[in-house]
Amino acid sequence: MNYNMQLTPDEVEILNGSKGEAMAKVMKTLVMYGDAFGATKMVPVTSKMGHLVTSFGLKVMSPVYDLMDKLIDGGALSAQKFSVDPKPVDPNVPSSFLKNIVFNKFMYSMQDNYDAQLRKLGLVDDKSYTCTCYMDEVGNIPNKGEVLSWAESSAVVYANSVLGARCNRNSGIIELFGSIVGKVPYFGLVTDEGRKATWIIEVKTTKKPEAQVLGSAIGMKVMEDVPFVKGLDKWIGTTLDGDTKAYLKDFGAATASNGAVGLYHIENLTPEAVEQGESLIEEGAKVYVIDDAELERVKASYPVMWKDKNATPKLCFVGCPHLSHAQLVEWTDNVVAGLKKNGIKKVSIPTVFTAAPAVIEEFNKTPYAKKLKDTGVVLSYICPLMYMNNPLAKKMPVITNSNKLRTYTTSRYYTSAEILDIITKEAK
Amino acid sequence: MKQFKGRPVVAGKCTANALVSHGGFNTLASFQNALQFGDKQAKCGDQNNPDLYGKPMVGTALCLPQTIGSTTGGMVLYCAKVMERNPACMLFSEHIDSLAAAGAVIGAVWTDNPMPVIDCLGEEFLNYVKDGMKITIAEDGTVTVE
Repeated sequence: MNYNMQLTPDEVEILNGSKGEAMAKVMKTLVMYGDAFGATKMVPVTSKMGHLVTSFGLKVMSPVYDLMDKLIDGGALSAQKFSVDPKPVDPNVPSSFLKNIVFNKFMYSMQDNYDAQLRKLGLVDDKSYTCTCYMDEVGNIPNKGEVLSWAESSAVVYANSVLGARCNRNSGIIELFGSIVGKVPYFGLVTDEGRKATWIIEVKTTKKPEAQVLGSAIGMKVMEDVPFVKGLDKWIGTTLDGDTKAYLKDFGAATASNGAVGLYHIENLTPEAVEQGESLIEEGAKVYVIDDAELERVKASYPVMWKDKNATPKLCFVGCPHLSHAQLVEWTDNVVAGLKKNGIKKVSIPTVFTAAPAVIEEFNKTPYAKKLKDTGVVLSYICPLMYMNNPLAKKMPVITNSNKLRTYTTSRYYTSAEILDIITKEAK
Repeated sequence: MKQFKGRPVVAGKCTANALVSHGGFNTLASFQNALQFGDKQAKCGDQNNPDLYGKPMVGTALCLPQTIGSTTGGMVLYCAKVMERNPACMLFSEHIDSLAAAGAVIGAVWTDNPMPVIDCLGEEFLNYVKDGMKITIAEDGTVTVE
């Protein structure tokens, strides 16, 4: 094949088949991919673990599973262990006889086979299914400056922005290929120049902006560019503590799903912004001012996809991306207080909170677990997006505080405060 | 008739009618219904894309600035290709993004009949081309719109 990037003799040998046909095709894919972006070379993946976006054994994705079989049969296994996005089905989540048939017999009938493929390819363990692999309880936390071969848009933007790791917005399959070869093409967010901001965002709100709406507004405006956000530290502080990280997790997921942001800098807060300040901003960067009215405009622009726009919600999801331990505690306190205030004992709408299996395990060791259970809220490791990805769920009026879930499904977006109000009030 | 010159990311030839998205093309949101529920026309399911929502994408010359959204994007494009729900070609006005590039390249290396993809066609291309116009592409990245 013809290629432009500089390869080492070892890389050329792999390309020419020294490690088998499957490995040669994996390398060829990475080289063509890098060439598309003018990558000059391949660089080693330096993180301990990878993270894959594809966690679901969806029958219609059989081309992917066929490809995985080719990798396994050809001995092209991951050189590093990896975590993977959440599973699509959990028996604890409210469902119906019909939905169970649709899920298990038709949609996710490949799940067991795919789980087995993942284990062969290098999955850490059965608790490693989450979109928030960077939680302390899960332990896939890259160090600043490490080069990753990850996918999952919300995890990539978090790793780049909050942890200071270096990862492109890789697609599913490409991220696995990087982990198999142990190298990724050197371009984009892996390079110093690719991490410069080409947008300045001036936050001029009169109150703390809702993370999911602020992220959505920025994502829709800058698309795949890198924004440098000023004025947000006034509301979320200058320390990357648990609350701030959770805010940035939700903010980043919205920037990545409503646009294509892979890295953002928050003035005085995120590691590179603290170290380099405004020198991160490229000359001629565009400016986007966000005030209360702009956030209202953005929120009002979200289409409501329900057939009956006044329908009473039948299900509520909170936790896309998966909730942190601190968020679970906060939501538990808020739901308990809301129910008490309104004089009812259980949430009025079936409600599911989602978190990583390892976070749930730790949460279940605390007294909050019983408090939450007593409110009627179900705690699950599921991926709400995958749960809703079927014709029966599409007809259902589902509410969420996740802008990512809103984007990919028929669920209706409300702010966290609105969600709390809805689920803790007597049903109509 | 007007010609535009882009860069072939995956070289190939084809003729098809244009389908134009002026906003970012969300691959997962656009294709998930088509892949999931046997829609052979691959009608676009992205509620946030007023240009494409509900329109059949299969066999079209899909003209777009870039793709956006979930990092399943490239994998979804690859599946669409193998399942024959893909556009005839994809024509990017801007530099191709990493998700679409992954889908294009995986399709090129791992299938026998890759979908041609051209990028860097410029803003003028996307301003000029309209739904239904006849598009012919050549292996060198030349796009003829008439």
